[in-house]
Amino acid sequence: MREIIIAELTQVMQELARGFAHYLPRLIVMLIIAFVGWVLASLLKVILRSILRVSRFAKLSENAGTTQWLKQAALPSSTELLSRFVFWVAWVGFVLLGVSVLGIGGLGEHVSRFFLFLPRLFVALIILFFGLLAASFFSRAALLAAVNANFRSPRVLSISIRFILIIFVFSMVFEELGIADQTMLVAFGITFAAVMLGLAIAFGLGGKDLARDFLEKRLVSGRKEAKEDELSPL
Amino acid sequence: MVEETFLTDEFLRQLIDVGEVDVLIGLPTHNNAETIGPVVQAIQAGILKCFPRDRAVIINPDAGSRDGTPEIVAGASIDDGRHASKLYALRTLHSISTEYGLHPEPGTALRTIVAASELLRAKACVVLSPESTTIEPDWIQRLLRPVYKDNFDLVTPIYRRHKFEGLLMRNLLYPMTRAIYGYGIREPYASEFAISGRLATDFLTKESWDNESDRISPEMCLTARAITGEYRICQSFLGTKVHLDPSAGDLVAAMRRTAGVLFSSLDSNFSLWSTVVGSHSVPILGPESELVLEPVQVNLKRLGEMFSSGIAELEPVFRSILSPATLTELQTIARSKDGNFNYSAELWAKTVYEFAASYHKSVISRDHIIQAMVPLFRGRTLTFVLENRDSSAEEIEKNVESLCREFERLKPYLLEVWSHRK
Repeated sequence: MREIIIAELTQVMQELARGFAHYLPRLIVMLIIAFVGWVLASLLKVILRSILRVSRFAKLSENAGTTQWLKQAALPSSTELLSRFVFWVAWVGFVLLGVSVLGIGGLGEHVSRFFLFLPRLFVALIILFFGLLAASFFSRAALLAAVNANFRSPRVLSISIRFILIIFVFSMVFEELGIADQTMLVAFGITFAAVMLGLAIAFGLGGKDLARDFLEKRLVSGRKEAKEDELSPL
Repeated sequence: MVEETFLTDEFLRQLIDVGEVDVLIGLPTHNNAETIGPVVQAIQAGILKCFPRDRAVIINPDAGSRDGTPEIVAGASIDDGRHASKLYALRTLHSISTEYGLHPEPGTALRTIVAASELLRAKACVVLSPESTTIEPDWIQRLLRPVYKDNFDLVTPIYRRHKFEGLLMRNLLYPMTRAIYGYGIREPYASEFAISGRLATDFLTKESWDNESDRISPEMCLTARAITGEYRICQSFLGTKVHLDPSAGDLVAAMRRTAGVLFSSLDSNFSLWSTVVGSHSVPILGPESELVLEPVQVNLKRLGEMFSSGIAELEPVFRSILSPATLTELQTIARSKDGNFNYSAELWAKTVYEFAASYHKSVISRDHIIQAMVPLFRGRTLTFVLENRDSSAEEIEKNVESLCREFERLKPYLLEVWSHRK
């Protein structure tokens, strides 16, 4: 009896040792991959940070309005945030690659899904960044044009343009990420239609005097003012 | 050397037929049939009267006119010995039109003229505006003679103006060009001017012709080129200037063509202008300036409102461009009552310099920076009109001179914000 127990225990211990001996190299490979990944991700972060600083990314980010958002949310600068994001994505990628070496059942599928999702995530981020940049640019262009043309409420026009463009950008981002894309599409359609209808009603009812003033100014008194201001700047 | 692909074969053939010339008259047009007549007559009379023994050609780059403008210009040719206006031409006056596109492009038009001038080895080239209905034959002589006879390289005009016209020139371009480059050129952005053959060749080869400045305002670039190349420059009094083009009153477009191009020229010439201290006068043929003092109705209330609303509405934009101190001062002025409105020369010069530095640093889109200047210029215009409502020509001249000195005094401030502004 005793001999049987000892034999069984020995066998278990041997199997455990064999299994551990079989598993240890994989674990070491995983740790090596994770370490190399950490080094490469850190290197990538430093290089990216330098490139972003040289290319004055912070200024672009300021123009896009993201710097202001980040400040309000007490987050680091856009350059730092993007560098850190790339570091973590790269390192997590390497760690998952290392984990897949362990051969744990079912994990491989999740790892491959993660890598398939990365390109879409990057495209979504690019759309978001340039979309916000475009929204900021066009809203400022509208504001300047409206002020110089002496329109009433130029800031309302500018904010409306910014708002519509941001909604459009977010709907594109969610569609790219595949997150509730149908819902976002419908939501965008409803919001856009509501804004347009609201503007039409506001201008038609609330702004009828404004519309009359606008037309009178353009068609009647505009001539008088133009005559008064005939002075050429050049 | 002129690019082979730039000029059309037909135009080159016509130029070859003309051969070498002494003087070239450039007349860029686009649907100017209503005004081109007096200009063409003045050119004919001017050549017959002052340059009857010289070989002359009119080059007309046209932007696809559909009203017969090129035909009118082409009809300006004068055969040898033909009698015209009681004067005899001893040489043939050729007139060539060429269509360079379907939309006006000042850069391409001037490039065509300058390229033709180089190919025909013209000693002097004069460019005239097709809308100068007040042009007189003497203008040709006043612009060409300093180049042709006295070896000047650039002759810019001086016009007789109403005291409240050309305010962008008197409040920004003249004082800033004078302070920056040290040249007291009254009309740095000229629609009529004359250049020498060597400046034409230099301008043709040095300019890239692809950038925005060269495309929209080659005249301003030419002035900057003449200054930075240390060419001999003089000014010549012509007479009354009228603006028939309705777009002449478009302040945003005018700002782009003038202030935008002047700011842009500062980028590439920093080493040259940063060391310039003070200014020197540029020779003037004729009176230094003539002002018409007739009363004119200016909507001061509207100017004030547009300035105030601009300051209020564009505050986020101004925060990117101006220093907090300057912005605060402007906001104080915007709140002041009509009678107390005063956008001082010192604050105006500081504002312009901060805009120039922000333009250099591209803190936001450069075009947006220029557009944001428009309401501020309206404020400065209002102050200028209020200050000079009852002033004599001498007093106005004194005020302009005082503004110029303020720009010169504050030049170190420009250098400071140029280098340190984030």
